[in-house]
Amino acid sequence: METVLDNLDDVGLAFAYTVLLFVIAGVLSLVFGTLLAAARVGPIAVLSKAAALYVSVVRNTPLIIVLIFFRIAGPKIGLKFNFVDITIGDVRLNNLFTACVIGLTVYTSTFVCEALRSGVNAVPLGQAEAARAIGLPFSGVMREVILPQAFRASVPPLASVQIALLKNTTVAGALGVFEAFARMRTLTNKNAGDRIEIFLTFALLFVILVEIVSFAANRLERRWRVAS
Amino acid sequence: MTMVEGESRPAETGEPLVVLEGVNKWFGKLHVLQDINLTIKRGEVVVVIGPSGSGKSTLCRAINRLETIDEGSITLDGQPLPQEGKALAHLRAEVGMVFQSFNLFAHKSILENVTLGPIKVRKKSRAEAETRGKELLDRVGIGHQADKYPAQLSGGQQQRVAIARALAMDPKVMLFDEPTSALDPEMIKEVLDVMVDLAERGMTMVVVTHEMGFARTAADRVLFMADGQVVEENTPEQFFTNPQSDRAKDFLGKILKH
Repeated sequence: METVLDNLDDVGLAFAYTVLLFVIAGVLSLVFGTLLAAARVGPIAVLSKAAALYVSVVRNTPLIIVLIFFRIAGPKIGLKFNFVDITIGDVRLNNLFTACVIGLTVYTSTFVCEALRSGVNAVPLGQAEAARAIGLPFSGVMREVILPQAFRASVPPLASVQIALLKNTTVAGALGVFEAFARMRTLTNKNAGDRIEIFLTFALLFVILVEIVSFAANRLERRWRVAS
Repeated sequence: MTMVEGESRPAETGEPLVVLEGVNKWFGKLHVLQDINLTIKRGEVVVVIGPSGSGKSTLCRAINRLETIDEGSITLDGQPLPQEGKALAHLRAEVGMVFQSFNLFAHKSILENVTLGPIKVRKKSRAEAETRGKELLDRVGIGHQADKYPAQLSGGQQQRVAIARALAMDPKVMLFDEPTSALDPEMIKEVLDVMVDLAERGMTMVVVTHEMGFARTAADRVLFMADGQVVEENTPEQFFTNPQSDRAKDFLGKILKH
């Protein structure tokens, strides 16, 4: 336990990276995933096929490969993100961090898309027909009637996707972002005797973070349940 | 009087509003609408009856293009139905539709259900839409439940809200696709009362229904469909007391005995 307490600042900094990776990639993946889902279920065949192709290629690729692509292959084809260099206290968000955020977003948005698509499929066809019957155009049908209900039906699977993202941020550790997993590895390397305590502490901290996410999802689900 | 076309009916009500000419539709090999010719005049109440699978719902849904047709033409107030896009949306705003399964927007309150179209499609102000919405909800007897959600209402109440939602768009014509078929018997009356009131106020209505009582009291004309064709067309008195075709006699014989 002492090792963790002695390095509390480092542990805090590491989890700050973890949380930032999660929050930024989480929000971006929700936005991009929603656009993907709209393209996927929309009436324009080309967009629908392109979104389907994107989902099947990216979703079927292991996350580490997606991240390595943005870390190693990306810069060779001009995806450098060198313009990003933000420092907030001890936290430094650089091109490497950005590459990982983009990689996580690209990967997670495919799961967001599929979770939303299952939500859209859960909305009865009659809802869309009624919306069309009062004269709403396709965009209005989606925005006013289908997506709000699809989001409600998608909260549980979306929560699972976001929880997976939170844990997937550890893969960024393997690529050089000093988030929780990378910090844990250096701590265990330096303090081999305290390994078990260090493992358990980090695992516990992850459990707490995930619990916060599930708590928020449950609240959302309960608040919306009254309405339907 | 079998296979009479709409044009030959006496013009007791205004000019033609909905005109179907040579309408054909197939579901795969099934010929669900066979050469339908029909003219609905302004202010007219047309009740469509017939056995299941006769194409009467498909006919009703074709009028606002929730079902596409393969041949022929449908015009509303002289305008042919647009294929899709904004023009079709504009046309649908002029046609009120009431569904068998109500289809109220589950995530919106009763009042929001009634004001969504006026606000988003007609671009009315929220205040104006709400005043009108409450008026319509009062008219169908749901005024005091405006803040509830659809799932909190009975089927009959939901269907009356659905009628108010359609009326809020000030439609030129109202389509009813088996509006009482999903309701308990005691709720059917409250919905039919609203529909009779609407008919008396001069609304142009196309009603697909199994409610023969409604057809007798409110219809100007009864259309009997079977196997995708309009088999018989007449005033309700004539149709119910003196059906001409064997198909209609058989149908009436079955339903009027019980």
